[in-house]
Amino acid sequence: MTIISMLLPLALLLATGFILGFIWAVRNGQWDDVDTPPQRILMDDLDSEIHPRG
Amino acid sequence: MGSPLPSAQRETFKYDDSIVKKFLIATMIWGLVALLLGVFIASQLADWKLNFGISWLTFGRLRPLHTNAAIFAFAGNAIFAGIYHSSQRLLKTRMASDWMSKLHFWGWQLVILLAAITLPLGITQGKEYAELEWPIDLLITGVWVIFAVNFFRTLAIRRERHIYVAIWFYIATIVTVALLHIVNAIVIPVTLFQSYPVYAGVQDALVQWWYGHNAVAFFLTTPLLGLMYYYLPKAIKRPIYSYRLSIIHFWSLVFIYIWAGPHHLLYSALPEWAQVMGVVFSVMLLAPSWGGMINGLLTMRGAWDRVRRDPVLKFFLAAITFYGMSTFEGPLLSIRSINALAHYTDWIIGHVHGGVLGWNGFMIVAMAYYLVPRLWKTKLYSERLANIHFWTATLGIIMYLLSMWTSGITQGLMLRAVEGSRLMYPDFMETVIRLIPLYYVRAIGGSLYLLGYCLFLVNMIKTIRSAPKNIEDDVYTATPMGPFKHDFETENSHRFLEGSANIFIAYTVIAVLVGSVIEIVPTLDAHRYIKIPDSKKPYSPLELQGRDIYVREGCYNCHSQMIRPLKAEVMRYGPFSKPEDSVYDHPFQWGSKRTGPDLANLSGKYPDSWHYYHMKDPRLVTPKSIMPAYPWLYKNKTDMDSLSKKLRVMQQLGVPYTDEQVQNAVELAETQAKGIATTLETQGVPKVSDSKEIIALIAYLQTLKPLELP
Ligand code: HEC
Repeated sequence: MTIISMLLPLALLLATGFILGFIWAVRNGQWDDVDTPPQRILMDDLDSEIHPRG
Repeated sequence: MGSPLPSAQRETFKYDDSIVKKFLIATMIWGLVALLLGVFIASQLADWKLNFGISWLTFGRLRPLHTNAAIFAFAGNAIFAGIYHSSQRLLKTRMASDWMSKLHFWGWQLVILLAAITLPLGITQGKEYAELEWPIDLLITGVWVIFAVNFFRTLAIRRERHIYVAIWFYIATIVTVALLHIVNAIVIPVTLFQSYPVYAGVQDALVQWWYGHNAVAFFLTTPLLGLMYYYLPKAIKRPIYSYRLSIIHFWSLVFIYIWAGPHHLLYSALPEWAQVMGVVFSVMLLAPSWGGMINGLLTMRGAWDRVRRDPVLKFFLAAITFYGMSTFEGPLLSIRSINALAHYTDWIIGHVHGGVLGWNGFMIVAMAYYLVPRLWKTKLYSERLANIHFWTATLGIIMYLLSMWTSGITQGLMLRAVEGSRLMYPDFMETVIRLIPLYYVRAIGGSLYLLGYCLFLVNMIKTIRSAPKNIEDDVYTATPMGPFKHDFETENSHRFLEGSANIFIAYTVIAVLVGSVIEIVPTLDAHRYIKIPDSKKPYSPLELQGRDIYVREGCYNCHSQMIRPLKAEVMRYGPFSKPEDSVYDHPFQWGSKRTGPDLANLSGKYPDSWHYYHMKDPRLVTPKSIMPAYPWLYKNKTDMDSLSKKLRVMQQLGVPYTDEQVQNAVELAETQAKGIATTLETQGVPKVSDSKEIIALIAYLQTLKPLELP
């Protein structure tokens, strides 16, 4: 199963990447507010000065 | 978001919607192709004559095209359409580069076109959903890199600081698919049209299903979940039920999915610990998956009257329900005792179609019904037609799933039925005949789904036709994103750990997952090396050539070469397969479905002449067989030109060929072919030509034998 010695580090690397992404997101305050973002996506059309149809 | 800032600070921009339109139209076209192919090959299993005796229309060659078209052409283009549309809006910026978007689009269509040409010609790597040959694999890599660069540059120039959860799903998709594709596609080319993977046997199997399972996870699930988190709230005009849950859904999913691959290899020659890991993680997947499903369904709570009327919402509801069903069925099928019954049967085919037709297909059409009128600034041509589409397609899926569940369980039960010390159905054909009516039902179910899809296309064409002549892109404004300042001074620096409970939970989950994986590592060494006994000889040049024909014809789409250590299986086929059996198999051909019997212990079961007649027309020796006939193998000459090169590549990959064997490959092959031709003649076959492909194939088939270990 020599292949494991390649797959496992790769998978761990990927996991590490995700963990770093996660840490970045937390420190960046991405989830300090989890109430407005889901609302905001509904308003992205209204937010503009020219209101598109639809 | 509050009152707008002074307009001096605001920037004006337009979104690139033309790229979205392109991908949407490609989605519609390729979806039709994928479904037509599906119905066509489904009908071939009901009636084998439907391949019309044409090599490039046979099941083994078209099934890979069907799966690739459904996954990469239909779902692929739809995902790109959704990502380009929603990301621009979520990030409040146009894509970083229009020409990169275009390159991505045309590059991807070229990949699909090349797939549509090469796969029917039998140009394949012989690994499921990764069949495309190395030049196309390179092209895919290039196109994916362009996509990734464009996407991340767009992310960098965004005007909205918060990265909405959908974007996270897209990021995971882009990164993981790149990794999976590259690792699984490492090969050594022999010619422009052929290559051998660097992995063999068990190793190849593990890489392949690590890829294969995650293709389902990161190509057919995470991007579509991202789309769900954007388009469902937009369509229903209310926020997602729980944004917190969606974040937890995302993080737990990405950390668990990657380990579930080995559930495709239960009871195989894969080491036990790897199988157990696959099972544990697969069962764990139920939690985040259902979290996502519940989040989607609860977003619709209290709006059921609108769901009843609006076809877009109806498709969303059904899609999310199918997601829940598939993600319940998946962990169930990963449980060893259930897997023992279901693996290699049509139950798995039912499972994946619940996912692709129900979850992906419905998500995609829901998105199209939502997007097309908005992008073309018009109204949907007919809601009624969309409703008819919904009911036809749903009925089609139900027929599909019911027939395949029945078929799978019937086949599983019949093949394992043992009475005392003998099999109750020793003749494999008995089980095949029992399934044929179900194959008809499946073909009808698929046709209904296709019919619904055609109604969808009519609706889309009419809608687009009714669009106003000159559509101007809307102009948007937003303030640029300012630098981020964290208030560390006033707050404890551990704040980001303790600040919110869900973040802390997520950290804990990650820690546990990584920890448990690291714990497994030390157990690896014990299993690291397979001792290859001296009695294990590599394939002779002619056998290798025959094996390439086996791969080319896609026999693995109907046959397995992996006998599991289960009582009925050992009684039926012989000693179970061991890792040593396939150490020289680049690529492995364990297969995943037994429409025909397992072939791992075929050697010596029949005389050469039996195979000679069987391959010419299986009905000659096995009445009622549904296996295709292969008359061209009796006309085509065995390709001897690249034989030495093939052996050389194999040698580089560590297969113990001597230099003499490599140099004399052609003579060795010719001598062996003459021998087989003589044998055939003594067995009463008239007029045998030793230069034809059938001779090489027979040579290969007669080598398939589990190694006898001391
Ligand atoms: C559409 C599915 C299908 C494909 C593709 C297919 N087979 Fe078969 N095969 C069957 C079925 C069903 C049987 C059992 C009935 C029979 O013996 O014909 C079978 C039986 C066999 C047997 C006899 C096995 C035994 O133990 O009795 C051999 C050998 C075989 N196939 C070889 C091949 C080869 C080689 C290819 C590729 C060139 C191939 N098959 C492609 C469906 C298929």
